[in-house]
Amino acid sequence: MLSFIIRRLLVAIPLVLLSSVLVFLLVANSGDPLAELKGRNPPVPPQVIENRRHELGLDKPLPARYLTWLGNFVQGDMGKSVRGIEVRPLLWQRLKVTLRMVILASILAIVLAIGAGVLAAVKQYTPTDYTFTFLGFLFLSMPVFWLAALLKEYGAIKLNALFGKQVVYTVGAETPNMTGSFGDKLADWAGHLILPTIALALISFAAWSRYQRATMLDVLGSDYIRLARAKGLSRSRVMTRHALRNALIPLVTVVAIDTGAIFGGAIITERVFSWQGMGALLVQGVVQTDVNVLLAWLMVTSVIVVLFNLIADVLYAVLDPRIRYG
Amino acid sequence: MADTRPRPPETRPAAGTTGPTGDGQDLQTTEHGVKVHEVPATTTEREFTVVRRSQTQMVIRRFMAHKLAVGSLVVFVLVVLVSLIGGRFWKYGYADITDQFSSPPSLAHPMGTDDIGHDSLAQVLRGAQKSVQVALLVAFLSTTVGAVIGALAGYYRGWVDSALMRFTDLVLTIPSIAILAVLAATLADKAGNWFFVGVVLALLLWTYIARVVRGTFLSLREKEFVEAARALGASDTRIMFRHLLPNATGSIIVNATVMVSVAILTETALSYLGLGIKSPDTSLGLLISTGQQAATTRPWLFYFPGLMIIIIALTINFVGDGLRDAFDPTQTRVRA
Repeated sequence: MLSFIIRRLLVAIPLVLLSSVLVFLLVANSGDPLAELKGRNPPVPPQVIENRRHELGLDKPLPARYLTWLGNFVQGDMGKSVRGIEVRPLLWQRLKVTLRMVILASILAIVLAIGAGVLAAVKQYTPTDYTFTFLGFLFLSMPVFWLAALLKEYGAIKLNALFGKQVVYTVGAETPNMTGSFGDKLADWAGHLILPTIALALISFAAWSRYQRATMLDVLGSDYIRLARAKGLSRSRVMTRHALRNALIPLVTVVAIDTGAIFGGAIITERVFSWQGMGALLVQGVVQTDVNVLLAWLMVTSVIVVLFNLIADVLYAVLDPRIRYG
Repeated sequence: MADTRPRPPETRPAAGTTGPTGDGQDLQTTEHGVKVHEVPATTTEREFTVVRRSQTQMVIRRFMAHKLAVGSLVVFVLVVLVSLIGGRFWKYGYADITDQFSSPPSLAHPMGTDDIGHDSLAQVLRGAQKSVQVALLVAFLSTTVGAVIGALAGYYRGWVDSALMRFTDLVLTIPSIAILAVLAATLADKAGNWFFVGVVLALLLWTYIARVVRGTFLSLREKEFVEAARALGASDTRIMFRHLLPNATGSIIVNATVMVSVAILTETALSYLGLGIKSPDTSLGLLISTGQQAATTRPWLFYFPGLMIIIIALTINFVGDGLRDAFDPTQTRVRA
């Protein structure tokens, strides 16, 4: 098992390195970080621009710049943004905000998808199955920003009217300068989290529930289920103990592969609800050609995605003993 | 379609190795069930005439039995046609400004107007045109690139396979919307162009098709008919494109439909973020982004572009689902 994990790690590390080259090339060509300085009115003396260029290391060849950047990055130094703010604390703070939504939405989506997928498979070709199938297709075809905006503009108002006070919020990740007990804070967080999380979860739910249904049907049609029934076990016992346990395994891989997609969805959902998370940071970085922010953003995301894939691989091997470690 | 139809291996003439060309020609004609049927028309009808159905005919028959998929196909084709050319026949252009401001849907303006006086239907048609153009381009490009790369990886295996598959892993490590966002800024003047958006999307989305085709090729290349073709002296290129690719057609077509819906959702999301197609031109994502600001007072500006996206993506997804069943040789719900 340990050698399996190590072998997997040995594949993952070059992947991250290659990814860093790709990211660097992408961002290095994404525009001139000095454009703002050059475009100033009255014009800045050429000496100042030259100094700045030297300071940012832009006068060196591309491979040298890459190595310098990589060296600093590995040591945890992500440089400064165009506004002179340290990138690392900034990114870390934004990441926490986004991860809150991503993790919660993933959990919600997994639970919903397993429930709906298994139910649809067990009751194949009944109204229950058709309803879940239709819902799955509907959310699969729905743009996440439209669903999020729908929840924000209409759902929130209805919900708040129902409770007679503001329980769900539609702007930001938390109430700024919130004071009060820990309980109040938690309620505030939840109120801000609920709508974006639902929007994000429903989109992932769609694909996963379809997948879960297919896997469950696959398992239900296998010989060992027929044997379990034939030897007299009750239907419910066969379903939970024999079928469900095995039908859950393949979903692990799908969820892991979709990490990148969920992150992408979170960027958009954040925009709808005006969260100051990774999404806003990305758009801001793009608009301001903030090289260090973009580099750090893309690199950290890429590491997270690779990490999740690694975890899924290991988890899969643990859950399914037929996978060869060797 | 007719050329790529999967043929049963035993009747496949390994052309180029069969000697006289007339020989190969002969086999080709008798292979079509229809042709066989035409021959006995002059002679007396046999008591039992069984016309062999080709693979394509079977797939079409199974697909036609899937009512939801057929209905979706009709709606999809209609919507695509209306999107592509409908704008020309509507009395308002997408940039025209009428004297009606923020009017709700009416006979004159079936989708209402916005606060500047643009006719919403004209704008939705224009937006749908851009989205559909991007989606079709992406489906075509990503399927072609993905099929070729997947075919090479699955057929040659070894280091070719490893290199190509690590490369697809690499593309998957970064959310495509982030790459798109950075690229859109890089090539700002081109970014508003639907063709550019489509090409970049295709460059990020081919990985799915590549994985599917690779998987199919890995299992097919071990089959006897490939061995037979090789024994007859067929080249690698010939085996790949004439023998293996037709057998992977089913999964390729199904995934191409998935690409259409993925592309439309990604393109509109990008425009929603303000990084895709830009004003003065318009797109469905951009329309929703502006419509959302007045969602409670002028809901029609928000609903219609969203519904348009859902209709396009939903119908193509249903078509894909129908095709998946139709291409599945193990499915038995419909007699084909």
